[in-house]
Amino acid sequence: MTVTTAACAFGVVAVLLVILGFITYQGISSVSWEFLVDTPKPVGEGGGIGNAIVGSLILLGLASAVGIPVGVAVGTYLAELGGNWFGKTVRFVADTMIGVPSIVFGVFIYGLIVVRQGYFSTLAGSAALALIMIPIVARTTEEMIKLVPNTMREGALALGAPQWRVTVDIVLPAAMAGIATGAMLAVARVLGETAPLLFTAFGSRFYNIYLDEPMASLTVQIYHYAISPFEEWHAKAWAATLVLITLILGINILVRFVTRRRF
Amino acid sequence: MGNKIEVSNLNFYYGKAQALYDISLAVPEREVVAFIGPSGCGKSTFLRTLNRMNDTIPSARVDGTVTIDGRNIYAPDTDVVSLRRRVGMVFQKSNPFPKSIFENVAYGIRINRIHQNKADLAERVEKALRDAALWDEVKDRLNESAYGISGGQQQRLCIARALAVQPDIILMDEPASALDPIATQKIEELVVELKNNYSIVIVTHNMQQAARVSDKTAFFMLGKLIEYNSTQKMFTSPDEKLTEDYITGRFG
Repeated sequence: MTVTTAACAFGVVAVLLVILGFITYQGISSVSWEFLVDTPKPVGEGGGIGNAIVGSLILLGLASAVGIPVGVAVGTYLAELGGNWFGKTVRFVADTMIGVPSIVFGVFIYGLIVVRQGYFSTLAGSAALALIMIPIVARTTEEMIKLVPNTMREGALALGAPQWRVTVDIVLPAAMAGIATGAMLAVARVLGETAPLLFTAFGSRFYNIYLDEPMASLTVQIYHYAISPFEEWHAKAWAATLVLITLILGINILVRFVTRRRF
Repeated sequence: MGNKIEVSNLNFYYGKAQALYDISLAVPEREVVAFIGPSGCGKSTFLRTLNRMNDTIPSARVDGTVTIDGRNIYAPDTDVVSLRRRVGMVFQKSNPFPKSIFENVAYGIRINRIHQNKADLAERVEKALRDAALWDEVKDRLNESAYGISGGQQQRLCIARALAVQPDIILMDEPASALDPIATQKIEELVVELKNNYSIVIVTHNMQQAARVSDKTAFFMLGKLIEYNSTQKMFTSPDEKLTEDYITGRFG
């Protein structure tokens, strides 16, 4: 029993390490300061992913600013008040949305926003990413809040706290570490999404901060580098992948540090 | 002294199942009343009707009246939040909040806006901790996690938290059942001490405990109030045969 489970655990970790090691091996040699700050250039002239890093962070920031609060609010509703038919419906819809392929969200936003406006934009890209985040955050938030023991709620109610204060002051802080983990899962997921961005933020070869213009992103840039016929660009794709993974890891560590259990 | 709580003809249902049958009793001011009885007899359920904690259970239904200081707390115009401020509660399992020791006690003061300023808040927290006989043990670690102290200390912290909002009545639901004998003794001494200022209702499994701390004792069985008398009489010459059988350990 111990041996079997340990072997499986080791196998999973080993696969992960092999993937990470291979990406590092392939990518590390092309990572340089120029690569991290330059915009893409024609083959043979260098070029990098600076605008894509900034673009990814802007897209992610906007998507998180909408997706995480809305997701936490939905999850809180489901956990504290969602026992009725409406709650059951919302929970079912969220579960279904989690299973929907991300390209569907891209096409949906393409039809809803891009086609009507007539141009690709950062806002459209963020909207697609936010739609992917909301159900993930909502369902993990709900599960984490349900883990908070009922006696803690009763303790606060018994002091004369109204229901909403019990939720805000006691329940949410108690579940914070778990909620942050759920939010991180969603962040990591959308930071790695390509398909929904192809139809919405589209991609760009320039630094851009305007939300109504096409926006570069790491994943789309990796896609362009990887499908090219040039060996040099393939190396850049590996390097960009390494940067993306490092970015996700960095955000993860930062959030864990900020939301670590103090009490 | 007058009666703090008067209950008359109280019936309680969980959905279709009736849990309490036609209960009437009165809790005098500044006395300790103990509820005893076998598991599942309804004593905890009854305790929770006194601060309407059962409202959180969707299928629960009450009829009859519970008056506190002459006002029916089940009247439609009752403000449940302010009722619970006046009727504090200590639970079977200590349930500190995931906050510091200081913030645990300060929480009730803050939400009810009892304090005038920061210094007043600190003073009130200290007084509550002193009243709960915990101050000397935690005064140097007020900003540490409430989960870092022992189970007995956590339970006294919960008592301090309840005292901090200045209730008139304190309900205790088997407050010492999860504690060792020494911690239990501290809680019992505290109960006797607190009755100088509060009316206290305590549910207990432990008959010696009821005998030690209470002035009056109520014996429940199968959702009915079998006997309610002075503790002295209950444990020496009870009126009911059932009470005597239970107290002498013939069942339960």
